[in-house]
Amino acid sequence: MGALVEAKQAALAALLAGLGDMPAFAGAARAAALARVQGQGLPVKRDEYWRYSDPSRLTTPQAKAGVAVEDAGFEGIDALRIVFVDGVFDAGASDDLGSAGVEITLLSKAGGDHWAGADFGVLEAEGQVPVARPLAGLNTAFAAEGVLIRATGAASRPVALVHRQTRADSDVMLHHVIRVEEGASLTLLESGTGGARFNHVAEVLVGEGAAFHHIRVQGRDEARAALTHLFARVGAEGLFKSFTLTMNGSLTRNEAILTLAGDDGVAHVAGAAIGDGAFHHDDTVFVTHQALRCESRQVYKKVLKGGAVGVFQGKILVKQGAQKTDGYQISQSLLLDDDSQFLAKPELEIYADDVKCSHGSTSGAIDETALFYLQSRGVPEPVARHLLILAFLADAMAEIEDEAIAEHLGSLLRRWQGMAED
Amino acid sequence: MLEIKNLHVKLEEEDKVILKGVNLTIEPGTVHAIMGPNGSGKSTLSYVLAGRDGYEVTDGSASLEGEDLLTMEPEERAAAGLFLAFQYPVEIPGVGNMTFLRTALNAQRKARGEAELSAGDFLKLARSTAASLKIDADMMKRPVNVGFSGGEKKRNEIMQMALLQPKMCVLDETDSGLDVDAMKLVSEGVNALRDAGRSFLVITHYQRLLDHIKPDVVHIMADGRIIQTGGPELALEVENNGYADLLAGGK
Repeated sequence: MGALVEAKQAALAALLAGLGDMPAFAGAARAAALARVQGQGLPVKRDEYWRYSDPSRLTTPQAKAGVAVEDAGFEGIDALRIVFVDGVFDAGASDDLGSAGVEITLLSKAGGDHWAGADFGVLEAEGQVPVARPLAGLNTAFAAEGVLIRATGAASRPVALVHRQTRADSDVMLHHVIRVEEGASLTLLESGTGGARFNHVAEVLVGEGAAFHHIRVQGRDEARAALTHLFARVGAEGLFKSFTLTMNGSLTRNEAILTLAGDDGVAHVAGAAIGDGAFHHDDTVFVTHQALRCESRQVYKKVLKGGAVGVFQGKILVKQGAQKTDGYQISQSLLLDDDSQFLAKPELEIYADDVKCSHGSTSGAIDETALFYLQSRGVPEPVARHLLILAFLADAMAEIEDEAIAEHLGSLLRRWQGMAED
Repeated sequence: MLEIKNLHVKLEEEDKVILKGVNLTIEPGTVHAIMGPNGSGKSTLSYVLAGRDGYEVTDGSASLEGEDLLTMEPEERAAAGLFLAFQYPVEIPGVGNMTFLRTALNAQRKARGEAELSAGDFLKLARSTAASLKIDADMMKRPVNVGFSGGEKKRNEIMQMALLQPKMCVLDETDSGLDVDAMKLVSEGVNALRDAGRSFLVITHYQRLLDHIKPDVVHIMADGRIIQTGGPELALEVENNGYADLLAGGK
């Protein structure tokens, strides 16, 4: 056994010892996931896929303690709120689960005959090839809570998952399964810290002609370590859009594993991140095109200062026969000082001959000419800098379709930046 | 209004002296033009007045209504009433033109201790100003100067000037890249702002612009100095004979 394999197995053994029994629901899928993880071991820094982000804080038996500073949410946006406190459902703080016109069940309450039994862990298992994602598998095996949402028509309002942290050492695992049936539509909002350590998996099935929008705000908690996996399969003429706004967090890795499985599907995934100091933010994306005329976009922007580190690993895989694919990927960083760094690994792998795929990655400083132009019109330098930072993030923010939500996030960003409200 | 005395400027990064003793006094309500060949220091003068980084003033002074300009930040100079219309207006993707204009106007008003304009009042003001310069609503909604033609960019500069109502306007080669119609439009915009309390410094290569914006005083600049000053006839002389004679005479 090689040293690397040994290290991975040792990390797994230590972590498993601290986990309880697997929940009963979807037992077969959980057992299969655990068996897979046992074959893979846990990620270590020497894994190619973790080359730019040290996973050790995600794999230690105990979460490193940290205190949440704010529950940044979607205040003022009409939504059905489902509140989790340190990963535990809070019925008192949550709205009536029936009030959005969609079917919602808590994972902990789902019985053996629940529809999600057939879907739980399926996309996660598919997403293990060609790259191993053991912490997602671990989540499938052990997550005891989450939401199972099925939309069969247009949801009457968004569903908002509010993650709150009250314990300094909370180690939270949530697993959601979301099924947007043919022609249906759903908007899912997520906000908050979740826990000192947060392992989050969402599996999203977007049916034929269905639409799913996901807008997430990861708060300003300096101490947080979060790993999220968003697995999605988009059916014919389906629409999938996900946007994440992140501010600080000592370690955040957001993975999106998207498959365009039906013809004429659309999948957009975007992120805007602002980090200062001990901030490490990693967006890892894997988009697979396996149908005709699908469109995918990856738009990631990071503003880094004070030694913050930004990572982007994005891949577009176009399978044989996925003709007329339109794949696009851009990752950019704005480095506000010389101490910060941005590491980007864009990849294209194409097996069809009639496709359009492009990617780009840039790192740059604030444009001094633009700064002077703004100042020369009377805009004070700090405000001018903020404006240019917001401008840099604009392309990613533009991926939010709902105007009210986009405006809400814009004002949140201005507040976080210390700018006065309009 | 504007008083420049013995201004010496070099590039910060290299040992290159650009301005070698510029003296210029502009009275309130007057229009001065500076003409001169490429590399004479005209644009540098405008940047130094506006406070751009990269230049070092080694000697001399510049003041606006008695206030020392050179110690102020660019935004303070703007609030004090200085405006530079750029030769190459900067494109700022992601910042809406309206947001930019409102932020700028309100920042200046705030700096001067005046009440900020509400969104509604600003919109009315911006619309009427835009209409007078034939700037359409769509242009106002787009990001600052992004996708604007050369003429649109210059009209946008004059629009900013009209909104901000500065006392001292410096126009750096506003005629460059303009066709005849656009030059007429821009000039009309400038002329509409002429009044007893506002002064202009028009920097240009060509006499053509001065047919539209009639100067009171014309200066010829060469090798970092003003070598000759006269009336509008001086501009015509340049147009007819070029700079060569003047330069020979100046030395």
